[in-house]
Amino acid sequence: MRIYAIVIYLFLYLPIGIIVLFSFNAGRHASDFQGFSVKWYGKVLSNPFAMDALTTSLTVALITALLASLFGTMAALGLQQVRGRLRALFDAIIYVAIMIPGIVIGIATLIALVTAFNFVNPALAASWPEWLGDAPRLGMGRVSLVAAHTMFTMALVIVIVRARITGMDRTLIEASADLYATPMGTFRQVTLPQIFPAVLAGFLLSFTFSFDDFIIAFFVAGAETTLPIYVFSSIRRGVTPEINAIGTMVLAFSLTLLVAAQIMLRRRARPMRQD
Amino acid sequence: MKSSWAHRLLLLPASLWLLVMLVLPLLVVFVFSFGERAPAGGYIPAFSFDNYLNLPARLTAFKNTMIMAPLGTLAALLIAYPLAYYLAIKANPRIRTTLLVMIIVPFWTSILIRTYAWIYILGGRGIPQLLDWVGIEGVRLINTPTAVLIGIIYGYLPLMVFPIYVSLEKFDKRLLEASEDLGASPLRTFRDVTLPLSIPGIATGCMLVFILLMGEFLIPALLGGGKVFFVGNALVDLFLQSRNWTYGSAVAAALVIIMLVTVTIYMKLIMRGAGQREDVSLL
Repeated sequence: MRIYAIVIYLFLYLPIGIIVLFSFNAGRHASDFQGFSVKWYGKVLSNPFAMDALTTSLTVALITALLASLFGTMAALGLQQVRGRLRALFDAIIYVAIMIPGIVIGIATLIALVTAFNFVNPALAASWPEWLGDAPRLGMGRVSLVAAHTMFTMALVIVIVRARITGMDRTLIEASADLYATPMGTFRQVTLPQIFPAVLAGFLLSFTFSFDDFIIAFFVAGAETTLPIYVFSSIRRGVTPEINAIGTMVLAFSLTLLVAAQIMLRRRARPMRQD
Repeated sequence: MKSSWAHRLLLLPASLWLLVMLVLPLLVVFVFSFGERAPAGGYIPAFSFDNYLNLPARLTAFKNTMIMAPLGTLAALLIAYPLAYYLAIKANPRIRTTLLVMIIVPFWTSILIRTYAWIYILGGRGIPQLLDWVGIEGVRLINTPTAVLIGIIYGYLPLMVFPIYVSLEKFDKRLLEASEDLGASPLRTFRDVTLPLSIPGIATGCMLVFILLMGEFLIPALLGGGKVFFVGNALVDLFLQSRNWTYGSAVAAALVIIMLVTVTIYMKLIMRGAGQREDVSLL
């Protein structure tokens, strides 16, 4: 039984190990390790295309995570007091957001936005005052990436934060009200500290999702290149050790965020289990 | 904070966002699927079922998906179950949390990069070369259905392990002792106690994996080499290469419909079989 588990863990981590190992390979080929070198990291860090893609990914992920955790938390708090048909509708939409394949989200966003832009751009050009110069043309890019990623991750944040709100100690809120705290004061001093770990975990997961997402970005990125899109097209052109270096850095980065998210989710969960 | 309108106000940004970025786009797909393709690849308003009647042109993609998705789900289940059993019942409780986190963490890291690693492992210089050394020659793995299946198991294993673990961890372990005290063999205990009690976890895990597999693109694209073609690959081709939005919308709508129907039937069967089902989150 234990041997079986070890084999499965090897199966799960061997590919990751191989990427990390060969990112330090001095040679070009996967089959022979020709000595330790960090030259592929140097190559990546001085490759303007990879760096541009990294900047795009980081920017999109950061804005996505901020918007998703803000609006998602607001919605989770709002849902507490909303019942009936509105609640059922909202729950159904969140369920759809999480369950529908990413590829369908990508396609739907692509054709909906491009169609909308085809209407908006001529109208914008026609009504744009001349002294402001040329009218801006709306198109697919960072904004559509953020919009699509925020949609999905916001649903994720709502689920996570709502779970925490449900598990929250209600008596504390009542006690706070009995002690004449204003609703805002109760929120700031009682509710927020209790849900904050979940919000932060939601933020980190949203960031990780947006940063790692390939399939939605593939459709909605327009002329922009995110890091996963860059990696995918590099793989298409042929396997190079540069991808290993990018992969190692990306994995290390996501791992750090994930471990942080796990710690956040566990921190408040523990004292609660005792009572 | 008390009044209901304040709470509705809190819901406003999320509602608008979901409306504009999810509900409307999905409706657009639905509407486009009845439309006609413009010469340059756009959309001409129309109401015809031609796109749906043309679906058999992509039958191979649907067939591959409908074969590989259940197969991948089954394979993941068979491999995940013993591991979940080990984690929930046999593993040392002190390291259990660490072991669990180690299962979940890869799932949340880039599937693209993890799948990419398998191009090395299954490629000419990987496992086939190792097999060559021990005398088994001419094995080809990359760009075969086997490679795609391995990629699927690898990518989706955590999603299967976790719900099964939760259901196994939850039930009263004294039932196992009781069964043993009553003279049941370990195999009998497993068949009559453990397995039935873990059915909710199995059901959740299979459903999650199956749904996500139906929309898979990356694994067949990277490990199938264009030979093992899923609906996801057909969709990428239709929207990004041949720019046939209306037909592509019909393919996407068909995928979602097949998914919904399968899941509904599946849930009905499970409900009948197990009485209840609990939702499990991955965190």
